[in-house]
Amino acid sequence: MMSSRSRILGRIRHNLGRGPLSAEKAAELKTRIEEHRPNLVPKRTEISPAAQVDLFQAKAEALGATVTRLSSLDAVPEAVSRYLSDHNLATKIKMSPEAALDALPFDQTPMLDITRGAATAEDDVSLTPAFAGIAETGTLCLASGPDTPSTLNFLPENHIVLLRRSQIIGTMEESWARLRAKYGAGNLPRTLNLISGPSRTADIEQTLIMGAHGPRRLHILIVDDAEKD
Amino acid sequence: MQVTARRFKKNAHGALQDDNIQKAFSKVKGGFPIARAKAAGELPEFDALRDQARDLKNHILDNLDYYLEYFEEQVLLQGGKVHWCSSYADARAAVLEICRAAEAKTVTKGKSMITEEMALNDHLAANGIEPIETDLGEYIIQLAHEYPSHIIAPALHKTKDQVSDLFHQHHEKYGFSERLTDPQALVNEARRILRDKYVAADVGITGANFLIAETGSTVIVTNEGNGDLTQSLPKTHIAVSSIEKVVPTLEDASLFLRLLARSATGQEMSVYTTFSTGPRRTDDIDGPANFHVVLVDSGRSDLLGTNKQDLLRCLKCGACMNHCPVYQAVGGHSYGWVYPGPIGAALNPHMVGLEEARHLPSASTFCGRCEEVCPVRIPLPKIMRHWREEAFQAQVTPKPERWGIGLWAFFAKRPALYRPLTRFAARSLKIMGGRKGVIRRLPLLKGWTDVRDFPAPQGKTFMEQWKKQQRESR
Ligand code: SF4
Repeated sequence: MMSSRSRILGRIRHNLGRGPLSAEKAAELKTRIEEHRPNLVPKRTEISPAAQVDLFQAKAEALGATVTRLSSLDAVPEAVSRYLSDHNLATKIKMSPEAALDALPFDQTPMLDITRGAATAEDDVSLTPAFAGIAETGTLCLASGPDTPSTLNFLPENHIVLLRRSQIIGTMEESWARLRAKYGAGNLPRTLNLISGPSRTADIEQTLIMGAHGPRRLHILIVDDAEKD
Repeated sequence: MQVTARRFKKNAHGALQDDNIQKAFSKVKGGFPIARAKAAGELPEFDALRDQARDLKNHILDNLDYYLEYFEEQVLLQGGKVHWCSSYADARAAVLEICRAAEAKTVTKGKSMITEEMALNDHLAANGIEPIETDLGEYIIQLAHEYPSHIIAPALHKTKDQVSDLFHQHHEKYGFSERLTDPQALVNEARRILRDKYVAADVGITGANFLIAETGSTVIVTNEGNGDLTQSLPKTHIAVSSIEKVVPTLEDASLFLRLLARSATGQEMSVYTTFSTGPRRTDDIDGPANFHVVLVDSGRSDLLGTNKQDLLRCLKCGACMNHCPVYQAVGGHSYGWVYPGPIGAALNPHMVGLEEARHLPSASTFCGRCEEVCPVRIPLPKIMRHWREEAFQAQVTPKPERWGIGLWAFFAKRPALYRPLTRFAARSLKIMGGRKGVIRRLPLLKGWTDVRDFPAPQGKTFMEQWKKQQRESR
């Protein structure tokens, strides 16, 4: 019996009125993939790096995220603490087990109860690093890995993201370039999340309600790092 | 699912007399289209992107076999499995087999139109596996034992009161005994109940908006985050996708992503766009241990090379129905199969048979707005016309419609006559509507005007109005 696979491929070719592609045509398509040329990219982000940061913030805020700018990484623990108290949240966070987060001076905030690891249903607040921030639409790009479990992006009701200024880029295409540089062409981490604002639904009489299944609140800490000025 | 397209007129008749449906669907035009127009207006490149998207989809369809094989190779390289399924039955069997291997008792599901097509939930339930829809709209209609009335807002036809009753009735067993009426409280309750379901599920099933050949990834786009919890918490992730969803590269996905949410809801991006690639990596501390892609053809490949191939470009954004006066009048369920609105009127006859769906291609006022807003420029009215001509030739349409179409086809084949004629028709309908601007009876739409006044066109065709508006906004 013919397998479904050959039946489907056979039918596609038959209905397109041809056999398998010629070696030449196949090579051309392979090159097309390997070159991964951008299509039309909106001009919106052809602006200075500083303006891109502003655009990112404006777009993220318009999506319902909140943004705090910090002048250095040392200010992060204090900013996290303040966020929790501002929103009457318990002083408890689940954090990505990432070296750079571990290196933050959390000794300044001894009240803060920090655990590390993947999210569980009990976690209310998470703190994770970002891979990139896309200014075009105020979108965060988060990549999963051993030290960045993706469940932290979804299970807790409150998600705090640490984004370095140097990670803010113009477009999605620039994040693809950075991902290829880190993971190798043709590879992606297991889960890549593009996140544009907090979770929402309009499924009950088209009324917009925040916090459907993912985080109800998304807070972004943009930290100035010297590399981009 | 059970096909009721044959009863289109009866369905529509019922919908026109149902106040809840009238209220829900008339609300559509005040929401989605305005948001879409705003989003499109804020992106100067929007129309140029649509041209590129159309061309790129055509390129993909011309080389579909190549990109599917490339995609498969990458999924395998990343440690995932690919199941090719010619029919719904094959696809149901493939999913069931994976669930059995995982010894699944419950599966959570993200929103997916292809699993609606193949009636997966019934099949799983019949085999002792409980499927739990997690998209709030899908969850609501699952409780009500209904099916989607809009491709991106499945419970559009449900009122808040009906949701209150459903939750009250079904959530008691979880210890929620109060009947809630506030939408925020309703959402919170569903959120709490589904949270436990995500954690307990053995398998998570999602659809796919795109398949990326370059990386072997499946992509889902949601606003709620339910698809993410569905695909990241259980041990096994199954992505079910129809074959035409493949795109060559990440850059190509970007082109479609810039159009998809803008066209659907007027968002620049949906909240969550998630790329899943293979199972969890060796050192990962979360994510599914098994990753399966179920590729479903079920009639799609037979559209290739036909005068309806363009339908395969569809991104399932819902813009065509959001802008369709017929959809807004008769609601989603009248169309009698998974896809409502203009895309349903054009696609369902192929999927369920022209005999069954013969009324659908006539469910049109010829206003052309669906094609005007389609992000991949599918000529929906033209495809509906092809169907009507085929129905006419096969004599499956009832007599009065045959006469109407015969006449119409005569003009339609003569574009020079046709345009002035529609202009003439629009104006004469206005005159027929008199001062009140409504028409009590239309000769060929008796079933419809029996219960509803047909709004008289404003005396200009949509194309004329559109051009005028464009000129004025310049
Ligand atoms: S036919 Fe076009 S407008 Fe309608 S759902 Fe498909 S892509 Fe969207």
